[in-house]
Amino acid sequence: MSTYARIDALSPGTFALDGEEVEFGPGESILQAATRAGHYIPHLCWHPDFGAKGSCRLCTVRINGRMGAACTVQAASGQEVESNTDDLNAQRKTLLQMMFIEGNHFCPSCEKSGNCRLQATAYDVGMEGPHFEEFYPDRRVDASHPDLLLDLNRCILCGLCVRASQDADGKDVFAIGGYGIKTHLLVNSPSGQMADSALRPTDRAANICPVGAILHKRQGFAIPIGQRQFDGAPVSAQIEEGKS
Amino acid sequence: MKPTGMDLEAVLARHGRAPHRLVQILREIQVQQLWLSRDTLSAVARELGLSLAHVEGVAGFYRFFHGQPVGQYRVLFSDNITDRMLGSGDLMHELCHLLKVESNTMRADGRVSVATTSCTGMCDQGPAALINQHQLVTRLTPGRIEHMAALIEAQVPAHQWPVAWSRVDDQIRLADVKLGPQPAPGQGIAAALARGPQGMLDDIKRSKLRGRGGAGYATGTKWQLCRNARADTRYVVCNADEGEPGTFKDRVLLSSYADTVFEGMTIAALVVGARQGLVYLRGEYRYLLDALEATLARRRQQGLLGASIQGRAGFDFDIEIHVGAGAYVCGEESALIESLEGKRGTPRIRPPFPVESGYLGQPTTVNNVETFSAVTHIAVQGGAWWAGIGTAQSTGTKIHSVSGDCARPGLYEYPFGTRIGRILEDCGARDTQAVQVGGPSGVCLSALEFGRRIGFEDVPTAGAFMVFDRSRDMFDVAHNFAHFFAHESCGFCTPCRVGTELVLRRMDKLKRGYGSGEDVQVLYELDKLMHGTTHCGLGAAACNPLRDTIAKFRPAYEQHLKSLHFAPGFDMDAELSQARLATGRDDSGAHLETLA
Repeated sequence: MSTYARIDALSPGTFALDGEEVEFGPGESILQAATRAGHYIPHLCWHPDFGAKGSCRLCTVRINGRMGAACTVQAASGQEVESNTDDLNAQRKTLLQMMFIEGNHFCPSCEKSGNCRLQATAYDVGMEGPHFEEFYPDRRVDASHPDLLLDLNRCILCGLCVRASQDADGKDVFAIGGYGIKTHLLVNSPSGQMADSALRPTDRAANICPVGAILHKRQGFAIPIGQRQFDGAPVSAQIEEGKS
Repeated sequence: MKPTGMDLEAVLARHGRAPHRLVQILREIQVQQLWLSRDTLSAVARELGLSLAHVEGVAGFYRFFHGQPVGQYRVLFSDNITDRMLGSGDLMHELCHLLKVESNTMRADGRVSVATTSCTGMCDQGPAALINQHQLVTRLTPGRIEHMAALIEAQVPAHQWPVAWSRVDDQIRLADVKLGPQPAPGQGIAAALARGPQGMLDDIKRSKLRGRGGAGYATGTKWQLCRNARADTRYVVCNADEGEPGTFKDRVLLSSYADTVFEGMTIAALVVGARQGLVYLRGEYRYLLDALEATLARRRQQGLLGASIQGRAGFDFDIEIHVGAGAYVCGEESALIESLEGKRGTPRIRPPFPVESGYLGQPTTVNNVETFSAVTHIAVQGGAWWAGIGTAQSTGTKIHSVSGDCARPGLYEYPFGTRIGRILEDCGARDTQAVQVGGPSGVCLSALEFGRRIGFEDVPTAGAFMVFDRSRDMFDVAHNFAHFFAHESCGFCTPCRVGTELVLRRMDKLKRGYGSGEDVQVLYELDKLMHGTTHCGLGAAACNPLRDTIAKFRPAYEQHLKSLHFAPGFDMDAELSQARLATGRDDSGAHLETLA
């Protein structure tokens, strides 16, 4: 089955997303094609400029009745893709709750509030509380860098900084360490501190964090609450456009 | 211990300073230095041209690598439910007591560390422990524990401990094809050469052989895809990462039937056109390495490996063994390949499948130890013969690793289609309450289902068969499995990373007696979520034992519930712990249970 799907994916065609026809190009994933066509499928670890990782699982959709992450499944002619359904959105809400409770997310005191994709996506699916007990993990804050702050309490392990540093900056500043619930972001430097790393404020990796884990110093509330990215329109109404 | 440049240099040189040998390099360095210091990781990174964070990330992924100092003696108690049923918990407690050390902590003098590890594959002769990630000790008793503590205090090297302690018996109780008399070395290869690659492939297809690792993919189809993939280099990989708790058949096949397994790999190489084979041997089976290497060396001398095998010009193939470092998820074939490439064992996004792009990006066929054994027998006796054994969709035989509450634990080989009840009768199980078939990620069957049959049509299995009699609390079984999955989650995807931890916390809560009906409801919810959303099969299967035991043994859960209907918002005693900490009180008046 998958072999045929791959052959199919090499030539352009169309698939159906919640009943609407979506065109795709050669080798595109369902999420890539949907985004390019202006459709929203919730996601956090995916970005149009970088390769798919498939770890947050928020973009899980039903493809011809089978579950799959839209960022990793290649588009193929004739696919029937369900995304905006009650059960899939309920599932997304639970996944978001999991991301909130495994870290320490205090939106009211976070500089990223209003510009945060995790927060915006949670609002969008109607998440009203954590549902599960919070883990309150003991995580590291690295304020060593003169211009940047790393607060792992807010890290959701999307790995976008890892990919951006590797693919766009050519620096490999970040990596993933540990396993299981103790999985965490690592900084590449002799001391493990950001100050000793090659990260610079203008790097793509310093500007791609969807949450408030990597922040620029001395820019607190430069844009007031109420005028931030997701204050005016929900995340589902703001389709990301890639550079290319 | 101070790392010496010489140690490092020798290890790096042996592996040609290849970044994809990182896991092997770290393993060998740790043998010399006991743990991997930041300085060591830094030196390795520099020499291999990798970033320090990458090396740190790889080292931190594997359970057997230590980023902190550990004892000169490391005692890891196998923590499968079968070990626990044989008393491993008390034995570990006793050893800690005798050595005056806390579990998971190195003793202050650096002498010893004691901890648990996932199933070591000795369930039929447990309780077992892994010493220094190298040597297994089976059939632990209070007497052995006392003696072990004395040997550690006297600093007697582990390899000088009583030989009987490390005796590992095959315990073959019922043999059919794969555990019976074996073809002479070379006989399978000769038969395959006589048929030619295409003829041999056709015969594998005719046999309808399916993978023995659990998923049951058709071996012939897998080989065909690998053979057809466009590439100059192809690889044959033997998955000997037998990590599913309760499974130990591959241990025996590699101990006593290694020729047949290597021969199967060589036949696969002939069919797909590979020149290089790799065995991924789980770290727990490190004790088998020397014997396996000796068998490979003999086969090279016999012209069964190396250049021009059996005199056939152009048929060149050799096998190398990689040793794992403690990660269950590496049993998943794409995670296994990542690990072979020296990376974190995280399952890859598929497609592309390994048959198209596997080890080092080349077409790779990954097959189970037992599958390769079957291949050799099929080469000798023919695909039609194999297809005549078992059932229509599940041909041939299957080896079962039987453990738990039965008189005769060990290996039992039956044609597919065998009744569960028959296996229970043969192994001398009495008053059986349940059987866990296929390990924690398999299925839990109650007495009502003992008429069901082994096979892909009914009860598929990777080989574990754990028996529980009526004295067992099935909640404890599920609790043990929940701990296993939380410990073995690779942490890559949200639902598995957080879900397995949430499940474990719920089960811990039920165990402490603070659970309610609401908690059982949340377990159902998590099961449903994890089945549809995880990146790989580990997370998807993580709730199987829970779902089965809740559905079939609900009273076992309910006896752990505080109330079926009440949903406690918080745990009063846990809240009091903060106050106890702040006031420095720990007397009876500061605890709910003992409050006068």
